[in-house]
Amino acid sequence: MHRIGVFVCHCGTNIAATVDIDRVVAAAAKEPGVVHAEDYQYMCSEAGQLKVREAIKEKQLTGIVVCSCSPRMHENTFRQAAQRAGLNPYMVEIANIREHCSWIHKDREEATEKAIILARAAIAKVMLNAPLTAGTSRVVKRALVIGGGIAGIQTALDIAEAGYKVDIVEKTPSIGGRMSQLDKTFPTLDCSACILTPKMVEAAAHENITIYTYSEVEKVTGFVGDFHVEIRKKARSVDMSKCTGCGVCQEKCPSKKAPNEFNRGLDKRSAIYTPFAQAIPNVPVIDREHCIKFKTGKCGVCAKVCQAGAIDYEQKDEIITENYGAIVVATGFDTIKLDKYDEYAYSQSPDVITSLELERIMNAAGPTKGHLERMSDHRAPKSMVFIQCVGSRCADNRGKSYCSKICCMYTAKHAMLIRDKYPDVDVTVFYIDVRTPGKNFDEFYRRAVEEYGVHYIKGQVGKVAPQGDKLLVQGVDLLDNRRILMETDMVVLATAIEPNPDVRKIATMLTASIDTNNFLTESHAKLRPVESPTAGIFLSGVCQGPKDIPETVAQAGAAAVKVVGLLAKDHLVTNPCVAKSDTLLCNGCSSCEKVCPYGAISYEEQEVNDHGIRETRRVAVVNSALCQGCGACTVACPSGAMDLQGFSNRQILAEVDAICR
Amino acid sequence: MVYSYYPGCTLKNKAQDLDRYARMSAEALGFTLQEIEEWQCCGAVYPLASDEIATKLSAVRALNDAKEKGQDLVTLCSACHHVIKRVNDDMQHVEDIRTRANNYLKLDEPYLGETKVLHFLEVLRDRVGFDTLKEKVVRPLTGRKIGAYYGCMLLRPSSVMAFDDPENPTVMEDFIRALGAEPVVYPFRNECCGGYISLKDKPLAGSLVDKVMESAVCHGAEELITACPLCLYNLRNSGSREKVPVTYLTEILAEALGLLPEKEAPDHAAASGAEGQGEYAEGGDADV
Repeated sequence: MHRIGVFVCHCGTNIAATVDIDRVVAAAAKEPGVVHAEDYQYMCSEAGQLKVREAIKEKQLTGIVVCSCSPRMHENTFRQAAQRAGLNPYMVEIANIREHCSWIHKDREEATEKAIILARAAIAKVMLNAPLTAGTSRVVKRALVIGGGIAGIQTALDIAEAGYKVDIVEKTPSIGGRMSQLDKTFPTLDCSACILTPKMVEAAAHENITIYTYSEVEKVTGFVGDFHVEIRKKARSVDMSKCTGCGVCQEKCPSKKAPNEFNRGLDKRSAIYTPFAQAIPNVPVIDREHCIKFKTGKCGVCAKVCQAGAIDYEQKDEIITENYGAIVVATGFDTIKLDKYDEYAYSQSPDVITSLELERIMNAAGPTKGHLERMSDHRAPKSMVFIQCVGSRCADNRGKSYCSKICCMYTAKHAMLIRDKYPDVDVTVFYIDVRTPGKNFDEFYRRAVEEYGVHYIKGQVGKVAPQGDKLLVQGVDLLDNRRILMETDMVVLATAIEPNPDVRKIATMLTASIDTNNFLTESHAKLRPVESPTAGIFLSGVCQGPKDIPETVAQAGAAAVKVVGLLAKDHLVTNPCVAKSDTLLCNGCSSCEKVCPYGAISYEEQEVNDHGIRETRRVAVVNSALCQGCGACTVACPSGAMDLQGFSNRQILAEVDAICR
Repeated sequence: MVYSYYPGCTLKNKAQDLDRYARMSAEALGFTLQEIEEWQCCGAVYPLASDEIATKLSAVRALNDAKEKGQDLVTLCSACHHVIKRVNDDMQHVEDIRTRANNYLKLDEPYLGETKVLHFLEVLRDRVGFDTLKEKVVRPLTGRKIGAYYGCMLLRPSSVMAFDDPENPTVMEDFIRALGAEPVVYPFRNECCGGYISLKDKPLAGSLVDKVMESAVCHGAEELITACPLCLYNLRNSGSREKVPVTYLTEILAEALGLLPEKEAPDHAAASGAEGQGEYAEGGDADV
């Protein structure tokens, strides 16, 4: 005999303002099998949960329905409450009368009607619920960090310091990321390399950290606590165990025509190269596309000059297989391509550059050795124009709708540094808004204006036109209501940032969701900002949204704490709502195996007793550790042998019947 | 191939060259521009007011006429093209405008934006092809350095006009190249000439034109072409700096196709801004 209890939550006014709670309680109480129905202002609160627990005990309830918010929010809360009162946690059903009802309806009558129907469906389902017992799975005490920028390095260091093994996989030949390309950092103007390189060294030296550079994640299977990952270690053509990092090969390499990625293509590098002098590991890579030996077979200079005999033209890609308990995505960002912004003449004039290119020009190790000069004629500029929001906060479909967040501050930094080092250079900044919400940020910007005499003009630039050896900048001053046509020597574009293009591929491998801008989605915008909705996947840095270095480091630490919290457990409770095959009905057709995205279904010969007929048949068997309960097999099965525990076909149809009644 | 053709008012008086040379060239290139009957002024300015319907009706009538003939509608004047293409876009996508225009016109069958609107340059590029055009050239304009002046309306808004990149267009440069001349790319080729402001604030229009001319000359242009009668008027008559000759794009097309008698072919060695000004000197208040 069923004894069902129904608990209707007001959620303050979130539900109660649109849904007549009393009518829902009264309607639920009349349903067959329901022996208890009550409401409370906040059912998820301690007092609300106490009501649930007391009712379960006093009325000997066999199942409960909570009419409240989405199960994503509080299903677990009420399952735990049920368990504390001695009821199997899978005898709990949630009727979502907030997201699916009160929040999306205005009419009280209609919303109340719908809430009653949703409650009725949940009651019909809970009657067919069976107690389920969660299993456990192991936790591999090792974490993977994808991306070796400041976000990845900091996450790895924090995990390693807590005593767990952690591997960093970095696509480029060195860790360091975007931060290694920066010259100075706002708002304190400390040198980027001075604060980053010690962290790189620390990561490389840490006994718990293994770094795979020039490597990419190739395949991910498994699940939280036990991911199986294949890492492709690309052929470096240099034996890392022999190379001493002397650098002679790079000096002697006759091919010096490859665009230097680290300097954003502003100069050239040799075919055998390390991206920058402080690279970790300090072992070069042969860029086979530009290497004469690989292109024509003739050369081999690097092998001849290498005292250590480290050059290995025969080296092949290597696949490393490793198991991890948790994975952190820290894939960072790049600047957008500017081909849709031809009005700024970026493709037409070498004197129109991006801010990241200016970072390299200002850097002592950059293409101009830190001297501010034009890339066209190497003359020092007398005036410079900075254009903000190039591709950010874009209303049309050319750029990004979001604010890239870092540009206001780095532009103020650039302007200030230039005025400080070259007081003769006139600096103008065109902006839409100046956004400086950070500790000591607005003070920093005001110093640029007030102490360093940077001209800030509110208005956008419509055209940059090369004219002779000058650039004409045409814009507006919105505060003065006048058009501006000015000559300048250099134009710097604060180009919007976007997630690293590879993130789509990685997110697909991890089944981690991404938004329309390719930023990885966090599990909850406020309460779970460093977790992906996919269990065991964590987010660090700009892959989740635009942020500056302090925020990135803070988030990196937060992601590390979440990883450590997971790795500290010996076992994880598994979801018992997995598929199960009825061996009597299964005809061994393999339809389910073909649709299973997790490889959880296999076949075995089993002896079955089909109404007295004993025979051996080939039947499907579900590996409950691998099954994620997606239900694809239950739909594919032609004989109805596959069913999802907790969401059986009978239960779903009972819900539909209740709704249509 | 026969196209419905909407010339527009200006092409019937001050800009007759634009019209005449287009028709001649079309025949030489194997297509016909068939003027639609009883067309009315397009209004010359696209009405931005969302509740304004009367000024869109003329364009809808022309579009519907082409639809009934089953032809694409070709225009030449930048302003006509701009207005008609945008109204057509409204008829396709803005339900309110579509309903009200149809209610007003009471056509036999409602007009739903079915007609394809093409600028003459689009016909040359996409239907004739610049390679074919190049083959048909009998008097290549070898050695001439010609700058294309797009103005602001021909390509914008790009989502509706959808025929070239408004910030760095190439269609007229490719056209010039097909005729055997050397196209001169200059940055201000897609900036506004001042348009009708020259009636109200001549110095302002002058400052805009001077900027365009300076940019063109600085980059080596020895003559300019345009598709717009109003642009041509302003380029010739506004501003104070020294000018290069400005002609319609159809004129150099007819010239390259060998359709101009020797004496009619403009003498570019002697051509100057003053030549055109005679024709337009008193025209400032009439049709621009």
